[in-house]
Amino acid sequence: MSAFLEVRDLTVTFRVGSALKARLQGEPPPDLTAVDGISFTAERGDSIGIVGESGCGKSTLAKAITGLVPVASGSLHLDGEPLLAKRARATMRRVQMVFQDPSSSLNPSLTIEKMLSELLRVHRIVPVDKVADRCGELMELVELPRNLLKVRPGRLSGGQRQRVGIARALALEPDVLIADEAVAALDVSVQAPVLNLLNSLRENLGLTLMFISHDLAVVRYVSDRVIVMYLGKAVEDRSTSELFDDPRHPYTRALMAAAPKFGVKKAPGESALKGEPPSALKLPSGCRFSPRCPIAAEVCQQREPDLTGPSPIQRAACHFAWEARGVPS
Amino acid sequence: MTTPAFEAVPEAPQIAEASLAEPGAWKRMPKKVWVGCGIVLLYLLVALLAPVIAPYDPLAIEPANRLASPDMAHLLGTDELGRDIFSRLLYAARVDIPIGFLGALLPAILGTMLGAIAGYFGRWVDTAIMRTADVVQAFPAYILVIVLVFALGQGAGSIILAFTVLAWVIYARIIRGEVLRVRDRDYVQAARVAGLRKMRILRVHVFPNVINQTLVYLPNDIVFATLALAAFSFLGLGIPPPTPEWGAMIAEGQPFLRTNWWFATVPGLVIVGLGLGLSLIGEGLEEGLRA
Repeated sequence: MSAFLEVRDLTVTFRVGSALKARLQGEPPPDLTAVDGISFTAERGDSIGIVGESGCGKSTLAKAITGLVPVASGSLHLDGEPLLAKRARATMRRVQMVFQDPSSSLNPSLTIEKMLSELLRVHRIVPVDKVADRCGELMELVELPRNLLKVRPGRLSGGQRQRVGIARALALEPDVLIADEAVAALDVSVQAPVLNLLNSLRENLGLTLMFISHDLAVVRYVSDRVIVMYLGKAVEDRSTSELFDDPRHPYTRALMAAAPKFGVKKAPGESALKGEPPSALKLPSGCRFSPRCPIAAEVCQQREPDLTGPSPIQRAACHFAWEARGVPS
Repeated sequence: MTTPAFEAVPEAPQIAEASLAEPGAWKRMPKKVWVGCGIVLLYLLVALLAPVIAPYDPLAIEPANRLASPDMAHLLGTDELGRDIFSRLLYAARVDIPIGFLGALLPAILGTMLGAIAGYFGRWVDTAIMRTADVVQAFPAYILVIVLVFALGQGAGSIILAFTVLAWVIYARIIRGEVLRVRDRDYVQAARVAGLRKMRILRVHVFPNVINQTLVYLPNDIVFATLALAAFSFLGLGIPPPTPEWGAMIAEGQPFLRTNWWFATVPGLVIVGLGLGLSLIGEGLEEGLRA
């Protein structure tokens, strides 16, 4: 039996620089591997968080699953059906996305009603005479007053826009909803209601939610399970409670240490992570985290660790992840 | 760290990109737009009502009364054939204004569409359109007009065609740049994720958000087209005589600048007035949309 959403060895590369120049110099064409062999599965109604620093490939992963960027290798299956980069409109419908920046995610020249009804009509979600009703229902679903349907996005606040963005995604009745930094641009006071909305929608509509964020607290709040990404690779894949109680990968620990906490003063010089992540074009040999890793040993520069562990949702990509804590051999 | 339990507080609406499609947009426009509109409207009215206002037939020759000074009978005097200059000025509006407007509007439509297609589809479509634009731009404009007028014959049609062939390039460049700016916006991405067709995305989600630039540039281009028409007529390439036309009138009045200075000057001022009105609209729109 295959899983509902199955991502296997997903790799996305971007061409950077001139392929012709590289060929003339006898080198392979310069490709940047933004997502490097990510595998995971999810069931209907699961909520998966994806965290990592900016540039770690989490947004690219989202775009590959929605079909916005082509996949270099690996496979994507939804309900046993392959998700290709060029997919039929009916398949496209099943994976929808909520975008990060509410100021640029809504077309400024369309009223909310025009925007929603376009989607309902094109996809024939409801009969033509029911379109107006459905627009109203969608507004209720995201807890917005119906009279905002007649308004253009310029008149809405950031939180309202983000709700409209969610309504737009839900209009197509998707199976998978990807929220890419969906609350990062919102005021902290508006984040919580939007997160609560996403949570309740997932429960009520049975959506599979992929929540992408750099903010651990937010991911912890909405996700049952978290995948930590570093430079295009998953370094840890755990259930949320386990991950936060007992992080196994040194990068995850560093991320948690880096998050500011109320009332806890950091000792001066206690920096969680040294330096910037290396360029994805020039990856270090062995484990890609080893140059910044506090517990790196010789083996780390020689061999890249696999993402393994006791169970499919207890995995970490570190040579020392499942050894006794704090004693790297 | 526990989960934050915040309450929603009302927020201030964010300032979005200004769009003319927005209901309040016209109210925010600076005064100069309305002053400009007033001036242009006056010209349009004159053009429309020329047969009613004009005291004389603009083509009626009165050999006994050549180069008369302004008086009560002839408000602006007469030209070297004894035609009433005031009446000719009014009638000329019916020639200059339509040609100026059409000569700017047609290239605006063509250029906007080609620029949007080039910017949105990219690749070879972009290359084909923009290289054609380069070729047109590299060609000396006046020589192209002269060639076209000689090939097609003098008249309004060839002038408008010549303007269209030349001026679309500017619009194509402006709009292509705008489309490149808008193309990667999240709302365009969202439309792609929703599985909408490319032409639909271009028409509904890209085009309405780039069209502002065309509207800002259009009034200035009408000024340019009107001035260019006057210049061509001055050179004898424009509207053939005896049809009254402002540029041609300036040319006719030029030899008499010492004795009858108003003959050439007043048509010039009339053109300046129209240019002023249109420039005010263009400038005001730009300010209003930027705010």
